[in-house]
Amino acid sequence: MKLTINYFGMIAEAVGSSKADFELHGKTVSDLKNELENTFPDLLGMSYQIAVNQKLVSSETEIMEQDEIAVLPPFAGG
Amino acid sequence: MRYDKQIALPEVGETGQQKLAEAKILVVGAGGLGCPALQYLAAAGVGNIGIVDGDVVNETNLHRQVLYTNSDVGKPKVEVAAERLKQLNPEVEIHTFSEFLTAGNAMDIVSNYDLIVDATDNFAARYRINDVCLKLDKPFVYGAIHRFEGQVSVFNYKGGPTYRCLFPDKPAENQIPNCNETGVLGVLPGIIGTYQATEVLKIILGIGEVLSGKLMTLNLLTNSTRTFEVSRNDEQVQKAKEKGLAAREKHTL
Repeated sequence: MKLTINYFGMIAEAVGSSKADFELHGKTVSDLKNELENTFPDLLGMSYQIAVNQKLVSSETEIMEQDEIAVLPPFAGG
Repeated sequence: MRYDKQIALPEVGETGQQKLAEAKILVVGAGGLGCPALQYLAAAGVGNIGIVDGDVVNETNLHRQVLYTNSDVGKPKVEVAAERLKQLNPEVEIHTFSEFLTAGNAMDIVSNYDLIVDATDNFAARYRINDVCLKLDKPFVYGAIHRFEGQVSVFNYKGGPTYRCLFPDKPAENQIPNCNETGVLGVLPGIIGTYQATEVLKIILGIGEVLSGKLMTLNLLTNSTRTFEVSRNDEQVQKAKEKGLAAREKHTL
């Protein structure tokens, strides 16, 4: 399914965009993470969480077409 | 007289002002986030403010750490900050800790305060604050920045989620850079630190909606703010409690 993903912080830098379409072949958040890391190897080893429809979710959560996805890393700076 | 314009707000009033005067707030980090948070908290009449920072003022701090001036370069941040805040509001009692928050001192320092402001610039300190706050059952107001983006949340507030519920594992320090490495526009910590002070005031006054269970993100380049829901994760809470306990044991030894 085709998703629109918002990327934040250093994740956006690694992916090269803050908002982009992504074709997800699997159906869970875990699948999404694997596919993202295959497409963008710079994400491997980076710390981030996935939000689906403005809600932080676990790896088992299923993703539906039209869901709004955000990839959020922690920030260190202060 | 000093507080007339905020006492005039029905949400504050004389009762709210008294609550502020009785509050004990600890600000960990007197840098980009800590400076504006400290200024507004002192100006608002928060009665007792603790400041923790082991650093000295560096010239490269001055574009964003607005409590400090040219002549402060080389001086301990907490001493300069305390002096400026006293000039701003002599009614505020200020305690300084010219050291970094460590496993050895965190329990002792944090235990004297009602609410903690995480204005630090590294993950070790952020996870330490989380775990010690959970152990001592204190809420803390989180703020963090990256280039043009900021995050704000309130953790461990009335049984709400903790920092570990949002980001379970501490990233390696070299994985995610801090401001010294990536650069930062001075206004960004100004805005995020001021947001943190706002949440502190709301919690003390018991007004509005506290950012507990929510992560707010802000991007200065796109003017976009978003709020994400964060749920409590009991497994992570337990892990944090164990870590907090470990900190205490280490301290006792």
